[in-house]
Amino acid sequence: MATPALPSNDLQTVRRDVASRKVRDQLFVVVGLLALFACLFSLLVLFSKLVMDGSDRFTWEFVSSFPSRRAAQAGILAAWVGSSLVMLVTACTAVPVGVMAAIYLEEYAPKNWFTGVIEINVTNLAGVPSIVYGLLALGLFVYKFDLGQSIVTAGLTLALLILPVVIVATRESLRSVPRAIREAAYGLGATRWEVTKDHVLPYSTGGILTGMILGLSRAIGETAPLITIGALAFIAFLPTPPLTDVAPYVSFTWLTDPFTVMPIQMFNWVSRPDPAFQSNAAAAGAILLGMTLLMNAVAIYIRYRFRKSINW
Amino acid sequence: METTMSTAADSATTGGHEAPRIAINMDGHRETAPRNAAKARAEGLSFHYGAHRALKDINLEIPERMVTALIGPSGCGKSTFLRCFNRMHDLTPNTRYDGAIHFYPDDFNLVAKDVDPIEVRMRIGMVFQKPNPFPKSIFENVAYGLRLRGVSNRALLEEQVEAALRSAALWEEAKDRLQASALTLSGGQQQRLCIARALATRPEILLFDEPTSALDPIATAKIEELIAQLRDQVTVLIVTHNMQQAARVSDFTAFMYLGELVEVGDTSRIFTNPSKKATEDYITGRYG
Ligand SMILES: Nc1ncnc2c1ncn2[C@@H]1O[C@H](COP(=O)(O)OP(=O)(O)O)[C@@H](O)[C@H]1O
Ligand SMILES: [Mg+2]
Repeated sequence: MATPALPSNDLQTVRRDVASRKVRDQLFVVVGLLALFACLFSLLVLFSKLVMDGSDRFTWEFVSSFPSRRAAQAGILAAWVGSSLVMLVTACTAVPVGVMAAIYLEEYAPKNWFTGVIEINVTNLAGVPSIVYGLLALGLFVYKFDLGQSIVTAGLTLALLILPVVIVATRESLRSVPRAIREAAYGLGATRWEVTKDHVLPYSTGGILTGMILGLSRAIGETAPLITIGALAFIAFLPTPPLTDVAPYVSFTWLTDPFTVMPIQMFNWVSRPDPAFQSNAAAAGAILLGMTLLMNAVAIYIRYRFRKSINW
Repeated sequence: METTMSTAADSATTGGHEAPRIAINMDGHRETAPRNAAKARAEGLSFHYGAHRALKDINLEIPERMVTALIGPSGCGKSTFLRCFNRMHDLTPNTRYDGAIHFYPDDFNLVAKDVDPIEVRMRIGMVFQKPNPFPKSIFENVAYGLRLRGVSNRALLEEQVEAALRSAALWEEAKDRLQASALTLSGGQQQRLCIARALATRPEILLFDEPTSALDPIATAKIEELIAQLRDQVTVLIVTHNMQQAARVSDFTAFMYLGELVEVGDTSRIFTNPSKKATEDYITGRYG
């Protein structure tokens, strides 16, 4: 049997071959752009629809009023204050715990089957439906620890929810610190902790902050777990202010106050029959989306800044 | 054991380790042995990565304030041997040292299980193959080792950083930009910064693992010149795959092959009149 001949190398054949392969290359560009536009377009439509529907509600009154039975007077004051305070609790708990867990796993834990199992589980936890966290929190924080249907319960619940995101992002960030840098520090006589605190952590701050913000921007839109623990949908007062005018000037009673958050406020308005409330919901949705986009922008900026100052 | 051991100082005229070891070093703090006395001595040293035995029964003496070069083909275990001296392998799981590296004049075994690797690394510095400055200021890079040792007095730090940068021939280039990021330096300057960083803590032995393999010829020449000068302050052990470099900078040369130490002696003798066939084959470029 004759072996098939190799394609000839003359100019004509080569050109024809390159041309036909480049057509396929161009084809992919078209398909790729189409896919990209499909998702950008739907996001754009969604956002502009929210903005248009809620256009008459983007006023200072809307931001500074409590909810009301009359749509035109209802506002998101309680909701955005609630969201901010819950995010504060979430950030203050998820970040230290997540970063410490990641440092342990990445820098200290021996590589054996046990840590392998933990690793796989941490990654999988990111995929647990959020309502399951709500159920866990209801049993644990509300009933067992008796924290009530409060800001601290909500903050801790969302902290649990984003913990895997924070851990995974932190670990990736720690891992990107080159071995050569660690060896340089160890070579000077540093202990594991000194290497971590003087080098590995500072050099991965950008990635850690990015992970934290991405986690928080997921948490800020969560509704299901907070409804599960019993967040109120109608609330006409603010939590106790954290700063007081008597010593010691800070107060933590706000932690145990009832609360509502932006997505629950939206959900409440959407479910009302009166169409005037729909534009409230749309306006609140646009503001929530804006907050999320802003957080992502901050994350991108931080990453950019750190990339610029530290490039391995 | 003592008689069959190959010592780098065997053909040197001065001192064995019987010579008195009491002398005041240039810095006035440390008592050191006279030049050429044994600073460290590997005895029956073997090393395992898991089941892979990378070093086989190595016996070698490292003379005080001399430059000893390790040469040999790629993969023969030069880096592995070097990294035993500052216990770098302790960072890799599943590794094992057998035998000993005696460290003088204290006379303890560097690779013994009960010797803390951190203690070892505080006395034996290392410069790596690729420059690896911290992404911090030039000043903080050099000061880091001192900060680890609890030095926080600004004046003392400044004095010591300047001294280290001078020893590493970087002071003139760096004195006006001490607060600039170390990453703004060129490759050769970064490597000299790493040398300054290691020198700042006054190590007794300085290990170099192919310090010029990532540098251009001009930067390489500067580092070589520097190493030749360093022998007045510190005992140097340098790995190089460049035989001309070994010939230029070292007093003694050890040839390794397949995890074993084949031959050691005066650099001039090793390059002109090697006693082993394998050494001759390597230096005449027949393999490697
Ligand atoms: N981390 C490691 N794990 C397993 N084997 C290694 C490791 N590092 C080096 N080795 C092996 O040890 C031997 C010596 O390597 P090395 O000391 O790096 O050689 P050299 O520096 O002389 O080129 C080689 O066979 C190499 O494959
Ligand atoms: Mg090597």
